Amino acid sequence: MSVPRVCGQFVLLALFAALLDYFSVAPSYAPFPTDQAQIKVSFSRAGAHRGGCRQLTAEELAKLPPNMRAPLDCPRGRLDVVVELDLDDRQVLAATLPPGGLAGDGEATIYRKLRVAPGRHRLAIRMRDSARDAGFDHVAEREVMLEPAQNFVIDFDAAQGGFVFH
Amino acid sequence: MRWLQTALRALFDWADRLASAAFARENPLALLGALGWFFFWIVTVSGIYLYIFFDSGVTQAYASVEELTHAQWYAGGIMRSLHRYASDAMVVVLLLHVAREFAHDRLNGARWFTWFTGVPLVWLLFAAGVSGYWVVWDRFAQYVALATTEWLDTLPFFGESIARNFLHQDALSGRFFSLLVFIHIAVPLFLLFGMWIHIQRLNQPAVNPPRRLALSLLAALVVLSLVAPAESQGPANLDEVVTRVGLDWFYFGVYPLQDIYPGAGLWAALALATLVLLVMPWLVPARRRHIAQVHLEGCNGCARCAADCPYSAITMAPRMDGASFDREARVDAARCTGCGICVGACPTATPLARRSAVRPGIELESLAVAQLRDQTLAATAALTGDARILIYACRECGPLRRPQDPALAVIELPCVGALPPSFIDLVLSRRHADGVIVAGCAENDCRERLGVAWTQARLARIRDPWLRLRVDSVRLASLWAGAVTTRHLPAVVTRLRDALASEQPARHGRLDN
Repeated sequence: MSVPRVCGQFVLLALFAALLDYFSVAPSYAPFPTDQAQIKVSFSRAGAHRGGCRQLTAEELAKLPPNMRAPLDCPRGRLDVVVELDLDDRQVLAATLPPGGLAGDGEATIYRKLRVAPGRHRLAIRMRDSARDAGFDHVAEREVMLEPAQNFVIDFDAAQGGFVFH
Repeated sequence: MRWLQTALRALFDWADRLASAAFARENPLALLGALGWFFFWIVTVSGIYLYIFFDSGVTQAYASVEELTHAQWYAGGIMRSLHRYASDAMVVVLLLHVAREFAHDRLNGARWFTWFTGVPLVWLLFAAGVSGYWVVWDRFAQYVALATTEWLDTLPFFGESIARNFLHQDALSGRFFSLLVFIHIAVPLFLLFGMWIHIQRLNQPAVNPPRRLALSLLAALVVLSLVAPAESQGPANLDEVVTRVGLDWFYFGVYPLQDIYPGAGLWAALALATLVLLVMPWLVPARRRHIAQVHLEGCNGCARCAADCPYSAITMAPRMDGASFDREARVDAARCTGCGICVGACPTATPLARRSAVRPGIELESLAVAQLRDQTLAATAALTGDARILIYACRECGPLRRPQDPALAVIELPCVGALPPSFIDLVLSRRHADGVIVAGCAENDCRERLGVAWTQARLARIRDPWLRLRVDSVRLASLWAGAVTTRHLPAVVTRLRDALASEQPARHGRLDN
C-alpha cells in the first residue's frame, strides 16, 4: 500500500474519530437557565364519583353473590379535580383535571413546571376533588427559600395527610 | 424526489472519489450496511463487558460506572468509550446508509422490502441509545430521563405520567430503574432481530466489512477511547434542575426541539417523517423491470442462477416438464429486479452455439442472449483500426460517453453481471475484436449488489460459469469505477492497447465467424 494512501486513510479515520468525539458531548445545551428555580406541581388524584354513591339495602345485598356484596353502589365516572396555586399571593396555576381512562373513571393527573426567581416565596395550593360547588377539600401553604436551579416539588399523598412538599 | 436523488448522488460521487483515493476497493461509503453490523457487534461485546461490572441499583449505578471508567480505565474505561463511540458511529453509518440507498435509487421495485424494514431500525437504534445513556444515571442521564418521559407523557397512550417516576430524589424507585436496564438489553435485541429481517431478501448480505477496514476502524475507536475517554457528567440529583449538559447530538439532536415545540408537535413531525420514509419506495417511481424468464427447454437445473441472484428471487423446484433433470429454476417476480445476473450465471446462455439454439435456460426479455449476440456481432463488425476494442458496460453506473474512436464500441447491460463470460470468448477467440473491456460499478458498490463480485470471480475463473482458459487474459481489461467510468476509460483503453501492441501482430488478425 502506497504512503499517500496510508496517509489518506489516517486523515479520514482521524476526521471520523474527531466527528464522533466532538458531537458526542458538544456543543453543550442549556435546557434551564442557571438564575431560575423550578416549582413542579405533580400528583395523581381520583376525584369523587360522579353523582355520589348509594347505600345498598339488605335485600339488595342478599341478591348479590357473596363475593360481590359491596355496601356502596357508585357510578363509574369520576369528577374533575380542580387545583390552584398561588405564588406570593398571585395565582400562577389554575387547572381543571379530567379523570383518566376511556370511561373517565381513573385518576386525574397533573405535571406542571413553573420557573420562578430564586429567593423566599410564599406558596398556597388548593385542590377540590369532591362535588362541592365552592371552596376546596385540600389546602396547604408553605413559605420556601428557593436556590438557583432548585427543583421544588409539590406532590399530594392522601396517606400523608394531603399535600407534600419536597 | 428525482432532483433530491440527483443532488445527493452527486454528493456521494464526490465523497466516493475522496474515500476511494484512500481506501481503494474498501471504500467505507460503499460498505455502510456492513459497517452498521460491525459497530453493532462492538457495542454488543463492550456492553456485555460493562454489564458484568455494572450495578443496576439506582444508587449504585453511577458509582459502578465511575469505578469502571477510572479505576479500571485500561479495560472498563476503554470498553465504555468503545460502547459510546461505536453507538454514535452506528448512527452515522445508518443515516448515511439511508441517504446513499435513496441517492442510488436502491429503494423501490423489488427492493422495497429491504428499505421498508430498515426504517423501524432508526427508531430502535434511537431507543437503544436513549436507554443506554439513561442507566449511567449522571446529570446527562437525568436530563435524558426527564426530557424523554415528559415527551412520552405528551402521547395519549399512557394513563399514568411516566415523568412522575423522576419527581424528586426520593421518588426514584429501584424497580423502575431495573426496568430501564432491562429495556436497554431488550431493545438492542429487537434491533438485532430487525436487522436480521432487513437482510432477509438479500443473497449473501454484506454483514462483515473487509478485515483491514474493520481493524482500521476498531483501532481508530480504541485510540479515540484512550485520547478522549467517555466520562459521566456528575451524579444525578433530582432535587436540582439540570442547567447545562454535554449533549450527544447523534442521538439527542431532536431533544432541544422539545423546548421550542413542546407538546405532541414534535411527535407528529417525527411520525410524519417516518411515514414518508416508509412509503418512499412508492413515492419514487420504479423504473420498468424486465423480469427474468425461465425457458425449461434450456434449463438443466444447475442452480447457478439461484446461487448468484442477489435478491434470492430464484428458487429451485422439482421438475414439472418431465425432463430428465431433478430441478428447475423458478423466478419470484416480486423479488426480481431484472438485473440479469442470472443470465450471466447460466451455462446455457452462450453465443457460441448455433444461432437457432441460442435460447438459454433463463434470460431477460430485454436482454435475450440471441439479441445480445447480434448486438455484439454488429458492434464489432463496425470496428476499424488495429486495436479494436469492445466495451461491455454497466448501464447503471451513469451515462458512458460514446467514444468517437472508430476502434471502440460499447454495449450497455443492465449490470455487467448479466454478461455470460462466453461472450468474451466469442469476441476474442473468434477475433471479432482485439480486446474487451468490462466496465461496471465500483467494487463493493454494485447497484445490483453482487454483479461486480460475480463478474470478477467468473473472469478470474474461480466461479462458474468461468471464462474459458483459451481466452487470452492480456486482451481483457476491467474497470470498476462506477460513476466515474467515463473519466477513467481512456486510460484503461490506452493500457489495453499497449498490452495488445506488445503481442504478436498476427494475433490481431480477424477470423471469420
